[in-house]
Amino acid sequence: MNVTQATRLIAEREIRVKLRDRTFLFGTLFFLLIAAAGTILPPLFSGGPSTVAATESLAAPLRAAGLEVRVVPDDRAAEQSVRDDDVDAAVVTGPAVLAMDDAPDDVVKALSTQPTVRLLDPDAVDPVVAFLVPFVFAFVFFITSQTFGVQIAQSVIEEKQTRIVEILVAAVPVRALLAGKVVAGAILAFAQIALIAVVAVIGLQIGDSGGLLSLLAPAIGWFVPFFLIGFVLLAAMWAAAGALANRQEDIAAVSTPVQFAVMLPFFAVIFLNDNATAMRVLSYLPFSSPTAMPLRLFTGDAAGWEPIVSLVVLVLAAGAFLLAGARVYEGSLLRTNGRTSLRTAWRERETIG
Amino acid sequence: MTRTLRLDGVDRSFGDRQVLRNVSFEVSAGRMTGFVGANGAGKTTTMRIILGVLAPDAGEVTWGGTTLTRQDRRSFGYMPEERGLYPKMTTREQVTYLGRLHGLDAAAARRSTDALLDRVGLGERGDDLLETLSLGNQQRAQIAAALVHDPEVLVLDEPFSGLDPLAVETVVAVLRERASAGAPVLFSSHQLDVVERLCDDLVIIGDGVIRAAGSRQQLRDSYTVPRFELVVEHDAGWVRDHPGVTVVELDGARVVFDLPAGTDEQPVLRAALARGPVRAFRPVSPSLTEIFREVTQ
Repeated sequence: MNVTQATRLIAEREIRVKLRDRTFLFGTLFFLLIAAAGTILPPLFSGGPSTVAATESLAAPLRAAGLEVRVVPDDRAAEQSVRDDDVDAAVVTGPAVLAMDDAPDDVVKALSTQPTVRLLDPDAVDPVVAFLVPFVFAFVFFITSQTFGVQIAQSVIEEKQTRIVEILVAAVPVRALLAGKVVAGAILAFAQIALIAVVAVIGLQIGDSGGLLSLLAPAIGWFVPFFLIGFVLLAAMWAAAGALANRQEDIAAVSTPVQFAVMLPFFAVIFLNDNATAMRVLSYLPFSSPTAMPLRLFTGDAAGWEPIVSLVVLVLAAGAFLLAGARVYEGSLLRTNGRTSLRTAWRERETIG
Repeated sequence: MTRTLRLDGVDRSFGDRQVLRNVSFEVSAGRMTGFVGANGAGKTTTMRIILGVLAPDAGEVTWGGTTLTRQDRRSFGYMPEERGLYPKMTTREQVTYLGRLHGLDAAAARRSTDALLDRVGLGERGDDLLETLSLGNQQRAQIAAALVHDPEVLVLDEPFSGLDPLAVETVVAVLRERASAGAPVLFSSHQLDVVERLCDDLVIIGDGVIRAAGSRQQLRDSYTVPRFELVVEHDAGWVRDHPGVTVVELDGARVVFDLPAGTDEQPVLRAALARGPVRAFRPVSPSLTEIFREVTQ
């Protein structure tokens, strides 16, 4: 049996155990519901033309605009209908538009003549969407890498804490053990995201936001490789952190640096996403590039070669972190007396075959 | 499959502390070798080095004359001192999994697991989660985990600790089976009486140095000062005054005494007969505990 076969057996076990874990299954279900609700419901709430109260003399242009018109005898009755919340708005002599607390855009539009609009920067995205999309990308990467990263660390600690690790290490190379966990985590994380993405896409179509989908497609396409490699980078850190601990209770203490490596890029991307210079820098830094680069592609700020360069940087960083993570993992896996310091783990690993 | 496992000049330090010094001994095929020593004497470190979990600083472990490879070690069965399996998996599932990690294909691993669980008396509980089993049953599962791939060499660190007497018998029977099938079996234990009853060969370690090694009988012979037990009809106090005798224990009519090496014991017997009836007169072999005390001091 070679390292690849051993890695596969180990990954299979990790996945099998996870798929039976209720917390994991309910968590996934919860995300799916959010994705479905988030894509289907907003168009439903904002959807539907406004209902307008108006006298017959003012009704024609409103009907022409596809609004639901309730004909009332006079302006006073129209105003009363709005106050009674029977209709969204009223049009009275003037013409003036009455509404309670929110100007009804579709009614205003029906009564206005609009100038021809020529967009000089046609890529510009709806500001609401421009705010939401970075948030969603960053959030998905943050939550997923956090969830599955913690699980990798927990699985490492479980093997240390139960001491089964000694039997495992006697049977398979330590690297296969580490690789199996990272691979299993990546597969599960990716499968979960793919499932959520499928639900979101279906939701967008049901909710009739297909236009947004075509805008998002290239960003999502790039997000996939960035996500996978970014995840491997973090997974290596999580596994090493887990190996330093000795009991599940230690996990918070040993994983603080990893938490920062996940959290800081998340907030940076959220808060700086309209600062072009900051985003350019973030889109090349290994920890933030998985979210920042797809975003710059989404907003059309990045040239075609940029994601490729950034991806290469990320691959190199992930490779380096895997090697370093493996070294720390090997150096601390069999130290079962309390927490191991990073320094000890780094310097005194066993040269086992 | 009659290969001998050999350790040759193995050294190992942790930081400044040297825990093994020039450790050399053999575990012969088909024999049960007991490995005894005080806590911290280096038993676990030695076993971990045999299994490749730790690397020696110097020296090597050979099997059938060639240096051990990872491939060889995969055919070894190992039971670490500190026990543990996955709490959230069933016994059957994890024993099968460990079989596969040791190189069995899926079908062979399943077959072997089923047979072993029956053998150690876990057949009925095989599909329960490990964490729901009693401690004794978890120990049986651990034995099954060490044996699932039909190992060619067995290395067991304290296999009997925590076992109820019934489970001890089961484990002893299983280990004997393996030994008589030709596998070298090395096991450590604090329970010297168990080791004494079970082992064919014995290795005694103290402070990281092998103090004695050989067959049980050989060790007995070489660490024995001539010691005898005499039981007479009345008081045996007179033995104290017999030339050359050192009394070890005197209890009314029963006395245990040593003689200088090479001294004939028959004159003592004749003297006893001259005083009256003799109920018993026999040589006393030292117990393992006594040998152990002597060589580790």
